[in-house]
Amino acid sequence: MVRDSRATKIFRTLWMALILLFLYAPILIMIALSFNASVSRSQWTGFTLDWYVKLFHDPAILGALKTTIEVAVIATIVSTIIGTLGAIGIHSMNSGMAGLLIDVSYLPMTTPDIVTGVSLMLMYLFCHVPLGKWTMIFAHIAFDIPYVLFSVMPKLRQMNPNLYEAALDLGCHPIKALYKVIVPEIMPGIFTGALLAFTMSLDDFVISYFTSSDMYPNLSRIVYSSTKLGVKPTMYALSTLMFVTILLLLVLVNKRTKLENL
Amino acid sequence: MKKLAIVLLVALLAAALPVACLAEADKPFAGAEIKVYNWEDYIDREVLKIFEEETGCHVNYVTFSQNEDMYTKLSTGAESYDVVIPSEYMIERLIKEDLVEELNLDNIPNMANVVDNLLDPIYDPGNAHSIPYMWGTLGIVYNTEMVEDPVTSWNALLDEKYAGEIFMMDSMRDTVAIGLIMNGYSVNSDSEEELEAAREWLLAQKDSNVLGGYILDQAKDMMAGNEAAMAVMYSGDALYAIEKNDALAYVIPDEGSNIWVDGMCVPKSAKNKEAAECFINFMCRPDIAQMNMDYIYYSSPIKQVVEQLDEEELASIAMNPTDEMVARCEYYVDISTFDNAWLYDDVWMDVLM
Amino acid sequence: MKRSWYASPYALWMLLFAVVPLLFVCWYAFTTPQGAFTLSNFQEFTKPRYLGVILRSLKHALYCTVLCLILGYPTAYFLAGRGFNHTQSLVVLILLPMWMNLLLRTYAMMSLLDDNGVLNAALQAIGLGKVKVIGTEGAVVMGLVYNYLPFMVLPIYTVLKKMDYSVIEAAEDLGCNPFRVITRVVIPMSLPGIVSGITMVFMPAVTSFAISTLLSNGKIRLAGDLIDYIFNQSSNPTRWNIGSSFSLIMLVLILISIGFLRKVDPDSEGGGMW
Repeated sequence: MVRDSRATKIFRTLWMALILLFLYAPILIMIALSFNASVSRSQWTGFTLDWYVKLFHDPAILGALKTTIEVAVIATIVSTIIGTLGAIGIHSMNSGMAGLLIDVSYLPMTTPDIVTGVSLMLMYLFCHVPLGKWTMIFAHIAFDIPYVLFSVMPKLRQMNPNLYEAALDLGCHPIKALYKVIVPEIMPGIFTGALLAFTMSLDDFVISYFTSSDMYPNLSRIVYSSTKLGVKPTMYALSTLMFVTILLLLVLVNKRTKLENL
Repeated sequence: MKKLAIVLLVALLAAALPVACLAEADKPFAGAEIKVYNWEDYIDREVLKIFEEETGCHVNYVTFSQNEDMYTKLSTGAESYDVVIPSEYMIERLIKEDLVEELNLDNIPNMANVVDNLLDPIYDPGNAHSIPYMWGTLGIVYNTEMVEDPVTSWNALLDEKYAGEIFMMDSMRDTVAIGLIMNGYSVNSDSEEELEAAREWLLAQKDSNVLGGYILDQAKDMMAGNEAAMAVMYSGDALYAIEKNDALAYVIPDEGSNIWVDGMCVPKSAKNKEAAECFINFMCRPDIAQMNMDYIYYSSPIKQVVEQLDEEELASIAMNPTDEMVARCEYYVDISTFDNAWLYDDVWMDVLM
Repeated sequence: MKRSWYASPYALWMLLFAVVPLLFVCWYAFTTPQGAFTLSNFQEFTKPRYLGVILRSLKHALYCTVLCLILGYPTAYFLAGRGFNHTQSLVVLILLPMWMNLLLRTYAMMSLLDDNGVLNAALQAIGLGKVKVIGTEGAVVMGLVYNYLPFMVLPIYTVLKKMDYSVIEAAEDLGCNPFRVITRVVIPMSLPGIVSGITMVFMPAVTSFAISTLLSNGKIRLAGDLIDYIFNQSSNPTRWNIGSSFSLIMLVLILISIGFLRKVDPDSEGGGMW
């Protein structure tokens, strides 16, 4: 390859710097503001942790935090089990049926979030199911499953198909063969899928907004209501904490698989 | 100074109240839970704690930002609430559609504290379904340092000098009402012609460059922060902004405006009606009403609180409009059964979208 | 037990919570509140108001997609190249905001651009006047670009990374100048990534919800906001039906654009995520 000219190098560095500035300036400003003693965004009056203290004394926010984590944990566990079993089942099918079932997973990923949310809401209301925590959890499971499926499928393809057959030939019960042979082989995929599902669940706003009620707001919903109320520095503190959490989760995911492969 | 007076008042009343020293098990609603559905930023959350301590009843507190949002939630039956606090025209509708319970007034002795002119209202004869919580008016808040001439008319909302600095409300009834008033019609019009005129006025305003946007609660912070010249606001929010920024003034325009009362009701879906009534009674207690008023700046309908108003508050148009101003104002009535009810929604959609 | 049975909970769940709800949308879109078949819900959308919202959404999403492509392509190209020492960390840095909540990102943008926000404070500090950003179309497009830029970078980067560099070297050896290398070799070879990127930005942008309202003080509302309004605020008795027909229109619009993009690049997968 021809050596890059000096001008190219400068341009390239400058470009990346500007893109990073664009992407991170708002986030960094928000983090900075969460430590600002003043409510005003235009002046810095000193460092404080007050907003974080306030945050953890606000029953509404604590309740939302509990709901968010509860929903994410339940949705992750259920979707990981269903998605993993689904992947194993699909892997053993002939390609026609498998193709159809995989296509079903593309559905929630191509449907715009708002349409998914509305469609679930219509179904719940039609069946007279009051919107609440569980309606939200079921919706989360549905959009989490594809992430698990698509994380596990590649690992199944990489697996030696003879291993499972060998176990059966040696008299192993199919269920035992499942968790003694298959599951350990595809564990990294399951783990990645679960982490992705958890992250997506924490992150979701639109689908939760339509499938739950004000009674059980998750954190996104709390942020949404606050945007209508003007500046609340506690929201900066909350945003900072959520950002750091997502960051840590992704570092974890990234440790397992390279992000570019997701 | 005012704060100190309140603290003293609260302490005094608390000492006088026997409930304060009840043992845990004797609390009347120990272990119970009620869901209260109220406007955003419309209560001093401390009072909820006091209620929980006194009665042992846990309060699950949720908020809405417009009457219409609340109505959608309530009417689809997707949720159950024990206490809701909508405005008078919505209460009228809820009664018509049989969505609220008849109150057992024996459980609400503090109703005697409510000022006479707000009792037995047209929208709810005999207060059978609702007890007033707060009342107020609709008007314009403007920044006297940015706006040269005192605002007296809704026409100020078209002033090109303040292009981009004028904010309307993201609320159907209130915004359509301004369109109607500007054409000299009642805020409760059922005439297609009149509503079309309102539509035209609002769309003309939207298409000119004067408009900063349609917002709700942010308006008070924007006005307080000198970020806007003028905003349509409810009186309490106006007072909140004025307390934070001396340059602001509130006006009820000459053409007339809207006066409203928000009342506490118990929906049919309530799971614990008695506890709900106990909550309503609690909210009518003078010390509690005082705390709420001082926190949210709206006018309380509780006699003892009105008697305590200081000079500054009495002089405030937002807190205490003159009789002449009140006479210019009109209450909203429920429009849902009007022939042209759909037009309100239609006009509003045109304005928003 | 056959192993394929393991997929039954999966099939059941996806059927109940992904397929059936969409059937409900279709059902409501084609019926009256009484349940009779009708096409009148779609007729609503010949009204200028609704057409206006659709066109406005398409316009803003288009601006957003074009800007994302202009900003995203060079970024992906530089990342895929060999110019940086810590490419892997840079990739993570660029893609990280993608995982951050949409509302938090918009909230961050608001605190930056508001009249009394950080940008104006900085401008005033260096003696320049205030600029009004919030409330303009520019703010809305900027908010959308800010939200969706990483979704453009990711697929292009993935394709470029896998590209066979010997092809470029061959072109260079054969006397092709750098500009022609890019237009004749790199861009055509990265077309699948571009197509995925466009899909991944345009789709969510055209149906975005809340971003534009928040950044325009409620002045500029897009399709997502209309759907929200119809379902959550409107008092129209046919709102579920009208809202469903509008949702269906958005869905079809998106399926058409995916189909169209697939024609341009038959190899790309549906969502392009994988």
